[in-house]
Amino acid sequence: MEDAIVLSYAISGEDFTRAGEASSDVKKKLKQMGVSPEAVRKVAIAMYEGEINMVIHANGGEITVTITPEEICMVLDDVGPGIPDVDLAMQAGYSTAPDEIRSLGFGAGMGLPNMKKYTDSMEIDTRIGEGTKITMVVKI
Amino acid sequence: MTVRDAKNILGARVLAGEDLLDQEVRSACGSDMMSDVLAFSKDHSILLTGLCNPQVIRTAEMLDIVCLIFVRGKKPDDTLLEMARERGLVVLATGHRMFSACGMLYEAGLNGGAV
Repeated sequence: MEDAIVLSYAISGEDFTRAGEASSDVKKKLKQMGVSPEAVRKVAIAMYEGEINMVIHANGGEITVTITPEEICMVLDDVGPGIPDVDLAMQAGYSTAPDEIRSLGFGAGMGLPNMKKYTDSMEIDTRIGEGTKITMVVKI
Repeated sequence: MTVRDAKNILGARVLAGEDLLDQEVRSACGSDMMSDVLAFSKDHSILLTGLCNPQVIRTAEMLDIVCLIFVRGKKPDDTLLEMARERGLVVLATGHRMFSACGMLYEAGLNGGAV
C-alpha cells in the first residue's frame, strides 16, 4: 500500500508510570494528520487499554500502527503468558490483574471489552506460554 | 456549565490551567478505576477522582477530558501537573469526598451522560 504510514513502538514492561506513552504519541500524530476526532478517540482508547494490558500482563511487547486513508490498524504483539480462556477474558468485570494494579486504577476487567467496543474489528491470537497478538481496526 | 462554575460550586483550588476555566462541560464521571472511565466517559467531560498517578492524566488525554478534579484533598505532584499543562488540561483540587463532590455538581445540573 503506497499511502500507508507505519508507526512502531517497543513497549517496556518495567515501568507502569510510562504505560500509555505510545498511545499518546499515536493520538498526537493522528490529530496532526487531520483524522476525524471520533476515529482518533476510538484508536486512542483501544490502543491505550491494549498498551496497559501489555505492561500489566505480558512484560511489554511491540505495537505497530498502520494508517491508510481507509483505516487504522493496530497490532499488539507480546511474548507474555497468553490468555487461557478468551471468552472469559472478554467478559466485562473479569480480571486476573493483581491488587497492586487495581490500586493504580486498572484491573477492573474492562480492558478487552473496551478494546472491542471502540474498534470495528478485533482478533485475538493467543498461545499459552508463547504470547498474544491482538489486531484491531478502526475505519476512518 | 463551565469549568469555572464547577470550581466555584466545589470551592476548589486551581492547580493547572488557570486560563482555561471558561470551557463548557456537559457531563462528568467520578471513579478511581480508569478502565471504567475509559468505558463510560463522554466528550467535554469532567473527571473526578481520588487516584493520583500519571495514568489519570493519560486517561484524561485519551478521552479529551476537559477538567480533572482531585477529591478528598489529594495533591498531585509537580510531575503530574506538568503533564496536565502540556496537555491543556485544567486541574482542580477539593477537600470534598467523592460522593459529596459528585452530588454538588449533579445538583447544579451536570449529569453523567446517557446509560
